[in-house]
Amino acid sequence: MFAACLVPAADLAWRAFTPDGLGVNPIEEAEIFTGLWTLRFLAITLAVTPARELLRLGFLARYRRMLGLFTFFYACVHLAMWAGVDWFFAWGLMAGEIGKHRYILVGMASFVLLVPLALTSTNGAVRRLGGRRWARLHRLIYLIAIGGTVHYLWAVKKDTLFPLVYLSVFVGLLAYRVATRWTLRRTGPARSPSGAANAAVLQHSE
Amino acid sequence: MLIRKPDDIEPSEITPERDYVNRRAFLKMAGGVGALAAGSALAPRLLRSALVADGPPEDTPNTWDQITSYNNYYEFGTDKADPKANAQQLRTSPWSVEVAGLCRKPGHYALDDLFRSVTRVDRVYRLRCVEAWSMVVPWNGYVLGDVLRRLEPEPGAKYVQFTTLYDPQQMPGQRRPILQWPYVEGLRMDEAMHPLALLVTGLYGKPLPKQDGAPVRLVVPWKYGFKGIKAIVKIEFVEQQPTTTWMRAWPEAYGFYANVNPTVDHPQWTQSVERRIGEWRRRPTQMFNGYGDQVASLYAGMDLRKNF
Repeated sequence: MFAACLVPAADLAWRAFTPDGLGVNPIEEAEIFTGLWTLRFLAITLAVTPARELLRLGFLARYRRMLGLFTFFYACVHLAMWAGVDWFFAWGLMAGEIGKHRYILVGMASFVLLVPLALTSTNGAVRRLGGRRWARLHRLIYLIAIGGTVHYLWAVKKDTLFPLVYLSVFVGLLAYRVATRWTLRRTGPARSPSGAANAAVLQHSE
Repeated sequence: MLIRKPDDIEPSEITPERDYVNRRAFLKMAGGVGALAAGSALAPRLLRSALVADGPPEDTPNTWDQITSYNNYYEFGTDKADPKANAQQLRTSPWSVEVAGLCRKPGHYALDDLFRSVTRVDRVYRLRCVEAWSMVVPWNGYVLGDVLRRLEPEPGAKYVQFTTLYDPQQMPGQRRPILQWPYVEGLRMDEAMHPLALLVTGLYGKPLPKQDGAPVRLVVPWKYGFKGIKAIVKIEFVEQQPTTTWMRAWPEAYGFYANVNPTVDHPQWTQSVERRIGEWRRRPTQMFNGYGDQVASLYAGMDLRKNF
């Protein structure tokens, strides 16, 4: 699974070394590529819980943390491309970009929100925070998912088809949570699909 | 060299000396990016860029490959690679252009008739896209004003409006309502008559590739690239300012004039800098894309922040 998650990164590295592997505008291509893979890993991470519950694929739970961290990894590469290669650490210009263009602002905000989630991904952090507080903190992921997709939506010039596809996937994954919570409240905790239970799963997955 | 420099554009105009690449900055960049984990994969290309920085002047033409595989031409798809992949089926011959509106020679013209007895010119122009990238392109074609004058515009004609072919069969991008089809562009009459504005039919001395707008497109080098309407089927002399396709799509972001202007940002792109395709670092964008000496007088007294 770990190796599979590295395939897009390896593909990017391979194409960077191949003549014209990244096309005529390689910086733009690498940014789009890493941005899309960030969103894809985020969707895969959020799909673990529904897959576990609906398809009874319980073993997936053990990979959820790793998938989440790969989301963070691709977000880091995406940001590093933008800051290091695209703008070449021109801090002043980059600050201007964040202030002037709303798609960059919302993307940057989503990344900042992702950092505490990555930092509290260890077993120790779950213990220290306590399952309930940890779960509440990690609910930020839904905000990040919407923020990341809006970043994509606002970044495209006119053709919003793909951003809207991503947005509907995330809205669907979010709606699933809302629906299960709602049924849970009505029928009592027969199953424990989300929230603190997920923190427990995380702790026991090692 | 395939391309003859036109008499009225000195090489020094195309390549201002102050814009010559700063070698030290390039070496610093190569070192800095080498330190980046993400950037390290790209090191060979950076090294090559750093080496190239010593040599040629700045406005060297982009390669045939770059010009023909990185295109904004939504009639064939919104990805930069789509036009090359999807445009090849377009029938560009025979091709007829309808001339209409306020002129004495309206009618349907075969392309050859439109250009009959007009002098063919070769021009190396900078092309600045509104998306903040740029290229240098050796075009072949005709001075737009030379063509228009032969159509004898009437005094009431204040603007020229151009229209792209509408044919969803041949242009798959038109099957989705991304923009309002067909694509429409326009120029004020004095802009259209300016000697820098071209109708282009060739690139690098060869027929214009379909993904670049064959068989005939507009090139207005001091304006953003989207003014350069492709696959033109209609030229109309009108009294009122045309509403162009991008104005209709997003009026706050796209104006009629669309002159390259580093001081007026687009909501999505900062216009003070640009990335020349093939280069790593951005370079400053010049007012009127560097053609201010020739065209600034067209806009004397106009507020270009309002008339963007």
